[in-house]
Amino acid sequence: MTRTILFATLAALILAVPMPAKATEPLAVTEIAPGVYVHHGEVAETTPQNQGDIANIGFIVGDDAVAMIDSGGSVPVGEAALAAIRAVTDKPVKYLINTHMHPDHTFGNQVFKAAGATILGHRRLPAALGARADFYKQSMREQLGPELDDQVTITGPDDTVAKERRIDLGGRTIVLKAWETAHTDNDLTVYDEKTRTLFAGDLLFMQHCPVLDGSLKGWLDQIPALKDVPAARVVPGHGPVSAPWPQAIDAETRYLETLASDIRQAIRDGVPLADAVPEAAASESDKWQLFDDYNPRNATAAFAELEWE
Amino acid sequence: MAGNPMVGRSAAGRRTAIALLSALAIGGAGLARAETAMSPEQKAAEADSAWPELKPDLFGDRPLIDGTDTVSIEAPKRATDPAVVPVKLSFDPKMEVRKVTLVIDENPSPVAATFDFAEGAGVAELSTRVRVNAYTDIHAVAETADGKLYVTKTFVKAAGGCAAPAAKDPEVAAREMGKMKMREFSSDDPSLHEAQLMIRHPNNSGLQKDQVTLLYIPAHFITDLSVEKGGKALFTMTGGISISEDPSFRFKYRADDAGPFHAKASDTEGQVFEKTFDSGQS
Repeated sequence: MTRTILFATLAALILAVPMPAKATEPLAVTEIAPGVYVHHGEVAETTPQNQGDIANIGFIVGDDAVAMIDSGGSVPVGEAALAAIRAVTDKPVKYLINTHMHPDHTFGNQVFKAAGATILGHRRLPAALGARADFYKQSMREQLGPELDDQVTITGPDDTVAKERRIDLGGRTIVLKAWETAHTDNDLTVYDEKTRTLFAGDLLFMQHCPVLDGSLKGWLDQIPALKDVPAARVVPGHGPVSAPWPQAIDAETRYLETLASDIRQAIRDGVPLADAVPEAAASESDKWQLFDDYNPRNATAAFAELEWE
Repeated sequence: MAGNPMVGRSAAGRRTAIALLSALAIGGAGLARAETAMSPEQKAAEADSAWPELKPDLFGDRPLIDGTDTVSIEAPKRATDPAVVPVKLSFDPKMEVRKVTLVIDENPSPVAATFDFAEGAGVAELSTRVRVNAYTDIHAVAETADGKLYVTKTFVKAAGGCAAPAAKDPEVAAREMGKMKMREFSSDDPSLHEAQLMIRHPNNSGLQKDQVTLLYIPAHFITDLSVEKGGKALFTMTGGISISEDPSFRFKYRADDAGPFHAKASDTEGQVFEKTFDSGQS
């Protein structure tokens, strides 16, 4: 009896140890509109514990095909996202659309490429991802840990969008729009016409302090056009899975305007960068999570940009 | 990081290349160290170890005098953006500082810049922005007119500033390259003037790989800069890849020459950017 249990335990251990191919637990998703599913990424920095599951990612199911929007911040997150699709439908995942280059949105790309998806992104995504590939692998090694980082092969788009592209998923059309430099120089949004749902990527931050890695002026300049998208609801890159549009962008607009106005005032007053950064957008500090992680960096970037006005 | 092709057309370029090569040798040891996980404090202690090798390379066996106010340095303890780390150098007006070398110990090319101050320029303060690639000491070594060397240092926590891509928007960076701007600031002290020179330039570190060709993108940075006021030299700089994109130099000086500022910069591709600024013009 004891021996049987021992054998069973040993057998179980032998079977259990080399099991990277175990059935992946699907990501939790919410159907925010008919056929539109979103997974909530934690409002946090990437850690080995959260596996880079810190951005909202989702998928849209048509009559013929599925489009995935962003792939998550690691291979396991990408695999769990694919499992979430498979829990809902057997239709082919024909497209993976990247809203921009950042690792929390692209590090699961290879999972979808292997599943046969065509990866689409902004016309500037290949160059942006290419220039940062080594840097991301190195910096994400510290954030994700070596084990998860080693699994990642940075995978760029198969095809790109210069301005706009309409994709028919069968019974519903999604519209991909490439924006001018804002959050990054390769921001792309996805609009589902059928349910009037806008996937804004990181052009929209809610709760999570906005992150500036492109152009503050460009971002502010394009918010009116973004607000003109006739969506009923929006999926922000970070924050809740769904929010009413366009009022969802009010807080971010206020933050970006405050940052620009504070930095412009400092530049006018001749305040040097080092002294301007700690004061910038201070009135926003209690309104955002991760404010101290991102606001000083945003202020530095804003100063370097706006002093050339 | 290795295999960076350096363009050494000018003397400054060669000097940077030499500094880079010596840094690569030091960096090799750094890679071995990095294999074991270290606390920030241990890393900080380790970071100090580049200096004993850098010091003789840069200054031979000349003594460096520490603990005076001849030169002081200010930088944030923790950088908000490792690619844009503000550094301020101040000089004791009683000492006639004629040259200062800014060394970022742990960077791939540790000598960020060397500034030569003209006789009578009375440069009292100089601020710039640098890239910081690892937790590091930043040393400033000032040479006075009598040939003595004075040293000071500060420690900065930052990482990845050199390997990070230069431009957030490369298309704009390419279009704007070479633009220059000069700002003058009012000062409470009438004997001390303050101005800031800004140059649009990617100041590319050459530490990023082209993912298609798998070759490093050649470094492209400003090697030499001279700044004059009213036809008389204020200072010159020889610089390297550690100076941030869109180099900025803000300085306080005592020279009272009337007349416009003039700045001339040349880069690793042999391009020369030159501008005369009428007073107050930016």
